[in-house]
Amino acid sequence: MPETAAAAHPALHDGARPDPSLWHLLWPKWLTARARGTGEKRGRGARLTILAVFGFLFWSFVFGVLYRLLLYFRGVEEIGPLLAGKLLGLLLVGFFSILLLSNVITALSSFFLAKDLDLLVAGPVDWLRVYLAKLVETVLNSSWMVVLMAIPMFAAYGIAYKGGWWFPVVAAAVLIPLLIIPGVIGSAVTLTLVNVFPARRTRDILSVIAVLTAGGIVLLFRIVRPERLARPEGFRSLVDFVTVLRTPTAPYLPSEWAQNATMSWLQYRLDYLPFYMLWTTAAAAVVFGALLHRTLYLKGFSKAQESSARWARAGMFPGVASRILSPLGILRRELVLKELRLFFRDTTQWSQLILLAVLVVVYVFNIKFLPLRGEGITFFLLNVVPFLNLVLAGFVLASVAARFIFPGVSLEGRTLWLLRSSPMSMADLLWSKFWVGTTPLLVLAVAIVGVTDYLLAVAPFMFAVSVLTIIAMTFAVSGLAVGFGTMFPQFETENAAQIPTSFGGLLFMMSAIAVIGVVVILEARPVYSYLRFQTFGEQFDSLEMGIGFGLAALLCGVATVVPIRIARTRLENVER
Amino acid sequence: MIKISKLVKQYGDFTAVDGVDLDVPRGELFGFLGPNGAGKTTTLRMIAGILRPTSGTVQIGGVDIAKDPIAAKMKLGFIPDRPFIYEKLTGGEFLRFVAGLYDQEGAQVEHRARELLALFDLEEWRDELVESYSHGMRQKLIISSAFVHRPEVIVVDEPMVGLDPKAARILKDLFREYTNRGHTIMMSTHSLEVAESLCHRIGIIQAGKIRALGTMADLHGTAAGSGGLEDIFLKLTGENAARALVDVLDA
Repeated sequence: MPETAAAAHPALHDGARPDPSLWHLLWPKWLTARARGTGEKRGRGARLTILAVFGFLFWSFVFGVLYRLLLYFRGVEEIGPLLAGKLLGLLLVGFFSILLLSNVITALSSFFLAKDLDLLVAGPVDWLRVYLAKLVETVLNSSWMVVLMAIPMFAAYGIAYKGGWWFPVVAAAVLIPLLIIPGVIGSAVTLTLVNVFPARRTRDILSVIAVLTAGGIVLLFRIVRPERLARPEGFRSLVDFVTVLRTPTAPYLPSEWAQNATMSWLQYRLDYLPFYMLWTTAAAAVVFGALLHRTLYLKGFSKAQESSARWARAGMFPGVASRILSPLGILRRELVLKELRLFFRDTTQWSQLILLAVLVVVYVFNIKFLPLRGEGITFFLLNVVPFLNLVLAGFVLASVAARFIFPGVSLEGRTLWLLRSSPMSMADLLWSKFWVGTTPLLVLAVAIVGVTDYLLAVAPFMFAVSVLTIIAMTFAVSGLAVGFGTMFPQFETENAAQIPTSFGGLLFMMSAIAVIGVVVILEARPVYSYLRFQTFGEQFDSLEMGIGFGLAALLCGVATVVPIRIARTRLENVER
Repeated sequence: MIKISKLVKQYGDFTAVDGVDLDVPRGELFGFLGPNGAGKTTTLRMIAGILRPTSGTVQIGGVDIAKDPIAAKMKLGFIPDRPFIYEKLTGGEFLRFVAGLYDQEGAQVEHRARELLALFDLEEWRDELVESYSHGMRQKLIISSAFVHRPEVIVVDEPMVGLDPKAARILKDLFREYTNRGHTIMMSTHSLEVAESLCHRIGIIQAGKIRALGTMADLHGTAAGSGGLEDIFLKLTGENAARALVDVLDA
């Protein structure tokens, strides 16, 4: 038989080794991406249009804000370019940190958990090719969002400082090594960690570390109140201020080199050194990354196949939860218990709660430091803030619902056979998902609005209106999340975090924001009239209040129930 | 116990199941055979209430699954061919959850769950998350989940895939005993040996239509002059593929 095989494959007979190119390894990924882009013809035009409109609006917004700021800087003698450089440095440091975190997480999937690895590792593929292919995959997957953010940013700099037609090339020359370096570092960190911990445990550890770090950065950034540093009057003299601006923030960070390279071009005094630093560092990083890969990868990959001991001890939780949930009946209780177990045992899910906590702290912090005392603060402004607070809290709720409630039905995709073949109505499934999501959301909503209203020292009437409104909004937002999550399911996606960024997620966010906006508009006028009546004794129409609040309640009720009803029909017709 | 009439399932222009009629009485172990893509899984998923027929009816114990799905499904246990289950539940919790879907709980369920896990050598894995189970262990757990609520009818798609010889033997004995006690099992399989040794009656489906139906003796009659089930199967579903294989190897 060996002779036959060798005869059939002359290349093997001659001792030549197969040598698939890097492109050959990346080719299936390209085909997959292309198929994803061209598949699902139904509603593609509408999707593309909505995405294009939102993308354009987002880019325009980022570009517009930065462009105005840069024009202002341009008008400031001496320190204008310094400020523009400092701002670019800050943005690039932010990008670099995000890229580092995101590469560490992405590298774990692409180097150790991806489904094509068995094929690649078992195949006669050179280790360097595997490394480069996976590095490219990691960098592309973790950087596309940063690139999308960077485009309007560089465009604003290029246009404001008249960078010329060659500026896009300069920006690309700056950005590409800035993407490669964190990609290599992230992959190397992951590779080292996997050699110490099992891959699945590493994923858990990494997700918690990443979330904690991200949360810590946001919290730190907010608590130091950078807006105070932007006020030159805080410095003893202009010389001190300029000295601070001239001092490099982090001379050893690639983001600083990228800043210097960009600003040197924009100020017509081209400096090649930062370009040289960026590209040589990127090249050296790839070489060292490859060497580390050669030494550690196979051992790490082998270790990644082992599963860590994952015992789930009974503890107090099941007994207590069962007793609390017993009035729901056996079926609903088991559904709720299942949801809770799946959530709290999945590190990638519960760790998001840390970010949520950070978000809430930052939100409350911002409200606390709102300048609402002193001159120029009118009666109108004081009472508009609690309403604005409702809109913002509603927006926070919609984001949380998009992350935690919207993916619920999609995540059942692979287990839908069990639920569909069991004697359970789809309404039970949807309502259990609704309540499991709504209850904590309700606590969060009432806490946010309660604490911020307390900090704003609003009147008892406004307090009651705010709390009741946010409760109704929470029900509406949850109902919409369950409904849209079922109508636009992502059954094939394994990563829950990707589901809210789908087309359905976008539609959900738009609907939720629309409902929140309409509710606030419906309530605004009667509440304003009532407050004027209380404060200035002006005439007040109770019918107007009844209609405003009645319509708002009706809208919330409809937004809660109707999407779930539609979702139920949709789920009953799903064929998988 | 399972009665399907003029069952049709179309996906666009493609007809996966084309007017199938079948009656599986109480206490029967019915084998459903056919080449890949013949319509076995589609038929079984329609019986389990997962897919909706384009036309035709499915009755479980006299209850039309389209008209009263809850009542029909109360009588049913389904074992799919792809064992996807909740990765973050333990084996014990998964069985309790499935029993809960059928409104069952308590000491009896716990006892049954323990017995089933012990039967398939999963007792030690009871408190371990499903994500650390092998493919075969997941298959055993899903099989256990179909029995944990003691359904009258079990519909099972490729039960032997991924099972070790010991578990396969246990499953065969379990199926035999279950039907001896008056329950009904409808099973699709590619293992002709399993079908021949286990099933009371066999149906062979090809291109969405039933080509042959009956006991082994009946099938011998249908494919006159054939030997074992393999010969009958190949004769009814076309021998060309086997010949083509030899040609490919010789080429």
